[in-house]
Amino acid sequence: MIEVKNLYKSYGEKGVLSDINLSVSHGQSVAVVGKSGAGKSVLLRCLIGLVKPDAGTIYIDNKLINTMNFQQLQSIRSKIGMVFQFGALFDSMTVGENISLALQKLTKLNDDEIQDRLLNSLVAVGMEDTEDLMPAELSGGMKKRVGIARAIAIKPAYLFYDEPTTGLDPVMTDIINRLIRKFQDTGNVTSVIVTHEMRTVYDVADRIILLHKGNIQYDGSTDTIDNVDDPVVQQFITGNSTLA
Amino acid sequence: MFQLILYPFNLLVHSLEGVGRYIELMFSMFRSIFSWHKYLSLTIDHMYHIGVLSIPIVILTSLFSGMVTSVQAAYQFESGFVPNWFVGSIVGESVLLELAPMMTALVMTGRIGATIAAEIGTMRVSEQIDALESLSFDPISFLILPRILAATVMFPVLVIIADCFGIIGGLIAAINSMDVSHQEFIRGLRNWFRPWDAWFGLIKGLFFGLAITSIACYQGYYTTGGATGVGKSTTATVVISCVAIVFLDYILAAILLR
Repeated sequence: MIEVKNLYKSYGEKGVLSDINLSVSHGQSVAVVGKSGAGKSVLLRCLIGLVKPDAGTIYIDNKLINTMNFQQLQSIRSKIGMVFQFGALFDSMTVGENISLALQKLTKLNDDEIQDRLLNSLVAVGMEDTEDLMPAELSGGMKKRVGIARAIAIKPAYLFYDEPTTGLDPVMTDIINRLIRKFQDTGNVTSVIVTHEMRTVYDVADRIILLHKGNIQYDGSTDTIDNVDDPVVQQFITGNSTLA
Repeated sequence: MFQLILYPFNLLVHSLEGVGRYIELMFSMFRSIFSWHKYLSLTIDHMYHIGVLSIPIVILTSLFSGMVTSVQAAYQFESGFVPNWFVGSIVGESVLLELAPMMTALVMTGRIGATIAAEIGTMRVSEQIDALESLSFDPISFLILPRILAATVMFPVLVIIADCFGIIGGLIAAINSMDVSHQEFIRGLRNWFRPWDAWFGLIKGLFFGLAITSIACYQGYYTTGGATGVGKSTTATVVISCVAIVFLDYILAAILLR
């Protein structure tokens, strides 16, 4: 379970997150949406300990993470698979090495088990026979899928996605959305998806949190958001700039 | 007008902030130095890239530096007051004390400093450093420690190679441009040779290596602003390293050659 209370973050004089309160229960799939610069990615980075908040508390599995040092964070991070916006694959390593590096660090598997897990992860994202390729040889969509393979390889309890479908063609967007949904349904994981693609939201999320100017503007089910009488919410879901 | 007055003040604050962050980064790096054995294979890999692959360019530059020194010595000996075999002494002392470590450092600033800053800077802007951290790797131990260890070992080795080839270059030029036999050149070389001078060059190489790699790692690690930011970090690495090298050169000479 993830619990965020009174979270504040600013860079210099620019406030990014202001009094954020939310709780994500086990097995939920939550989409965090909002315009560019609304603080979505900063919130995700706070959740994994990459950014220290100015104030407030973040609990993951009832452990306060924002005061943890690097060593203490390791036990939490071993439960979290993070998918970065552009894959963030290590340029100097092959696809296989990118995935096995995570497994060597975060699991106690032997070499054969690591190899099995690596191949299974690549098969799960439809990227079999690519373990010897370098990231430079992959397209944007392939990089994202390898990024997902790296994240799911450690069998995490939490999967965090940062803009998983941004910049992809509609077919690749659908492939990624289906993968996210598949891991959500079969992997018994809690997912937090940062995105501004409404199609991804409707395809993969049970719940939607709309950030606006650093605050939570809407927090509710994806089924009911269409009926919300709030111009900011309506502007975002319809993409009509004249509404708010 | 007001901004113009504030500019030097802002520059000073910005520079002091940079020095503070550099010290903090180095402190974090040295704190993880006891786990060096975990990064041994990475360190060996960097030793190959920093050291072995730099040997040809170090040989080339040191060879010509020695030759130039020899030719310039010959030009100044034309008066006839100084015996020709002195050219060996001049070349030997110049190469060991100054030319080999200095030329190696300047060449390595371009070859290694810029590469390290660009590599780590690109990793920063493409979120690879965040990815490392999310996988529970300490990016400072993983990226910076092996590079600095590799440079600390390999720079003195490169200086030794530069010493040898600088003297060889001087010998070749002396034989060709002056009426000096190789026996006379060696006589001059041995006449003024002091082992401390060679040690001094190695110590300088060690400090230059530390300075170049640490500045490059710092600039790369704190890169912001995409491809433009990587370019700025790379340029800053080369400029700051060159200034640091001449500054260290003076400080070390003032302390160690008293």
